[in-house]
Amino acid sequence: MKIIVCVKQVPDTNEVRLDPKTGTLIREGVPSIINPDDLCGIEAALRLKDEYGCHVTAVSMGPPQTDVALREALAMGCDEAYLVSDRAFGGADTWATSSTLAGAIKKLGYDLIITGRQAIDGDTAQVGPQIAEHLGIPQVTYAQDIEKTEGNALIVQRQYEDRYQKIKIKCPALVTALSSLNKPRYMSVAGVVSAYDTKEVKTLTFEDLKEFVKEENIGLKGSPTKVKKSFPKQVKAQGVKHEVDEDDAVEIIVKKLKEHFVI
Amino acid sequence: MDFSLSKKHLLMQELFRRFAEKEVKPLAAEVDEKEIFPYGTVDLLGKYGMLGIPWSADNLSYTLCVEEMSKHCATTGVIVSAHTSLCAAPISDWGTAEQKGKYLSKLASGEWLGAFGLTEAGAGTDAAGQQTKAVLDGDNYILNGTKIFITNADAAHVYIIIAMTDKSQGTRGLSAFIVEKDMPGFSIGKKEDKMGIRGSLTCELIMENCIIPKGNLLGKEGEGFKVAMKTLDGGRIGIAAQALGIAQGAIDTTVAYVRERKQFGKRISQFQNTQFELADMQTKVDAARLLTYRAANLKDAGKKYTSEAAMAKLFASEVASDVTRRCLQLHGGYGYIREYPIERMMRDAKITELYEGTSEVQKMVIAAGMKVN
Amino acid sequence: MTENILVICEQRDGKFQKVSMELIGKARQLIEKKQGQKVVALLMGDKIAELAQDLVNHGADRVVYVDNPALKDFMTEPYTKAACAVLKSENPDMVLVGASSIGRDLAPRIAARLKTGLTADCTTLEIDDETGELLMTRPAFGGNVMATIICPDHRPQMATVRPGVMVALEPQTKTGEIVDFDVAFETSDSNVEILETVMIAKETKDITKANILVSGGRGIGNNFAPLKELADVLGGEVSASRASVDAGIAYKDMQVGQTGKTVRPDVYFAFGISGAVQHTAGMEEATLIFAINKDATAPIFDVADVGIVGDAHKIIPKLVNRIKKEKNL
Repeated sequence: MKIIVCVKQVPDTNEVRLDPKTGTLIREGVPSIINPDDLCGIEAALRLKDEYGCHVTAVSMGPPQTDVALREALAMGCDEAYLVSDRAFGGADTWATSSTLAGAIKKLGYDLIITGRQAIDGDTAQVGPQIAEHLGIPQVTYAQDIEKTEGNALIVQRQYEDRYQKIKIKCPALVTALSSLNKPRYMSVAGVVSAYDTKEVKTLTFEDLKEFVKEENIGLKGSPTKVKKSFPKQVKAQGVKHEVDEDDAVEIIVKKLKEHFVI
Repeated sequence: MDFSLSKKHLLMQELFRRFAEKEVKPLAAEVDEKEIFPYGTVDLLGKYGMLGIPWSADNLSYTLCVEEMSKHCATTGVIVSAHTSLCAAPISDWGTAEQKGKYLSKLASGEWLGAFGLTEAGAGTDAAGQQTKAVLDGDNYILNGTKIFITNADAAHVYIIIAMTDKSQGTRGLSAFIVEKDMPGFSIGKKEDKMGIRGSLTCELIMENCIIPKGNLLGKEGEGFKVAMKTLDGGRIGIAAQALGIAQGAIDTTVAYVRERKQFGKRISQFQNTQFELADMQTKVDAARLLTYRAANLKDAGKKYTSEAAMAKLFASEVASDVTRRCLQLHGGYGYIREYPIERMMRDAKITELYEGTSEVQKMVIAAGMKVN
Repeated sequence: MTENILVICEQRDGKFQKVSMELIGKARQLIEKKQGQKVVALLMGDKIAELAQDLVNHGADRVVYVDNPALKDFMTEPYTKAACAVLKSENPDMVLVGASSIGRDLAPRIAARLKTGLTADCTTLEIDDETGELLMTRPAFGGNVMATIICPDHRPQMATVRPGVMVALEPQTKTGEIVDFDVAFETSDSNVEILETVMIAKETKDITKANILVSGGRGIGNNFAPLKELADVLGGEVSASRASVDAGIAYKDMQVGQTGKTVRPDVYFAFGISGAVQHTAGMEEATLIFAINKDATAPIFDVADVGIVGDAHKIIPKLVNRIKKEKNL
């Protein structure tokens, strides 16, 4: 079974802060990480590999510095890694991103595609299902458990707000992973060594994918949505900040609760 | 000269950093307080290949590992260091193909943990005063004697034991042996109640007519002193890394503290004294780091590193003691309270000036390298 | 093409998800600028025809329903097929979908099939006075920036909106068009097989319904018990920031924020929550916000009505006792 895992490198949004004066994003010093849901996707693929000897390929679309995220995927145990990277892919929305990735995946060949449910920088949860649509294959999103079963099929536990379902899906298929799916393994020492010494991160440019994706479906041109403007989030009119001892703090809170008839 | 880590080493450091943050840090206070040997952590260290790093990667990576573990828990740092430098390394350096086949892969995978026994009650720095004897008896050696202050003692399965095979030869009459825990006549003695690194299970090793197969002689008869000295050269890089980690961990936790704590209406990070103290400390820690990485690099390059390892350990351990003491001072009274990790770090730091050769021994080694005398 | 706005309404087991009514409410508001145009509701399922009137009562001018056994349980392909068929026939200008775990599975698939844009988790929807385009504003970078997205050259303009963001209209008995739309399904459309459905017994109450929320974050450490005690004396619920959920201290369904739930309680306490916009995006609409944090520079103070620079661990027990006294408990 050939598994493709889609990986996105994202800024650790937990660490992102706004400049209190200008209200703009402070990007400096914010570490780049593998998107947490994607890490669970890698783990899910590697567990299938551990049990059934699947071949796992990590694929990421991004600028050249995404290399380190793919090295991390290799260091965790992925067999191969491809970086889909070209200026022509720049400015892509989820539609163009998914059609580009679908092109790369078609070129590489697959039985199963695993993506994270959503990325913490965009939070759209769209790229996974849209890859599946571009490839014309079934999907199960929000997977909290994945088991392989006979006949190249999977049994996936699909989470909803109020229930879960056990769904049988035949490969080729796409599954999106929730962070509750598993606890991702660490890289290993030998894995880090092989990620740099014996394995490589191969780059796929538009030239490499020409047969698999049309020029009008990539990059800014292939993106139906455009960003009209972006602006710092408006902060609410600031309230009062008290630097007082605990007893005074309690009195302030209680007074306010009484004003609002809460107590 | 290149003073920066390669991409590979940066990723390696990232691995150790995440592991230490998630697996080691949460246990550190309890490991210290209740003297718990972190068996679960050791299993994980083995699983991720962190108990045989010099062989799967290199000594610089191993150094990074001990440093990152020690930032949060010096006990975990020394467990890795004693196992790797003091047990697996001599088997790798001096062992026969058979010995390596039997022990090295199990040590590297963490299936077996290792320890090293040189020190005796009457023979610490003065290794020639060894009382433990080994006598050849047919196909076996019979060992008698007691080793003290042995890190990992009760948790280990494999021990490198230095014993006298020919008293008349002085240090040239010493030999090294690979002893397994379940060999007849071998037992673990009393456990020490220590000031710091309290989880490391430091005990006596007792050998009473302990029978070990002849094939477990490590190196040749009479090479024991050489084995021990070379082993300690490598071990010092590990201890330098441990000291470095303790010092950096102390600075990191102190920076977080001074940003939060307020006095006289200001965060104490705003006082110039705080800033100057921390700047001075970080400079020293960086200097210690360069010395330590240099020693590891020389070892990786197959070059002589005896003096450099001693310098790294001498300097890093003294920096660790100095920095942890000053960091505690920046905490004020809270630094003395167990709720904060800084007092543990100060207690942990002291050992790095003592074991695997005191600071004075390091100076002897460095002076000898300088041919002062 | 029409200038209509279509809302894809979600029902499970014959019951509507609240977000469907919220979106009809929003569509009603938007349509005021498009005179003579309609709010169309799309309803899909098995034996759901009788639910259509409820959508009219909530503000839909027209309800198109696809009633078919193939749509009994949600499955991506049959639902996508049905929705695309209706969208092609209805030709709306805009499509709104609730960002539930079903909407977020279905909407991207429809957008990809129709080759149109989709903007996820919008917090503001407006119509541009000049162009008549839908301005879809959503948070990005974990809520740190807002971006207004447009879809200029493709139709329909599609947006998903999370539950709790828009406000439903009070239902009134109304009349509207109700249309039965037939879709021919093939067996191959059901390309997955649902083996089992298990309803989850909720371990925690629904935080989106609580009037008072006592929330904890990284600064609280691993003991949420004091928060529970405070919530209990106030008759509220306990919620959490992502940091506490990621650390395994709080359940995912207690999470407030961009990747958790959007809440608008009367009173919100943020204890030891730094207030990354990731979090504040989900709670800043609360009427009265208390923030208690040791770090005077924590951004949570920017959204708080009352900020206390101090140690939550010390304040909570005293506050609990004080409120008990106040309530004679």
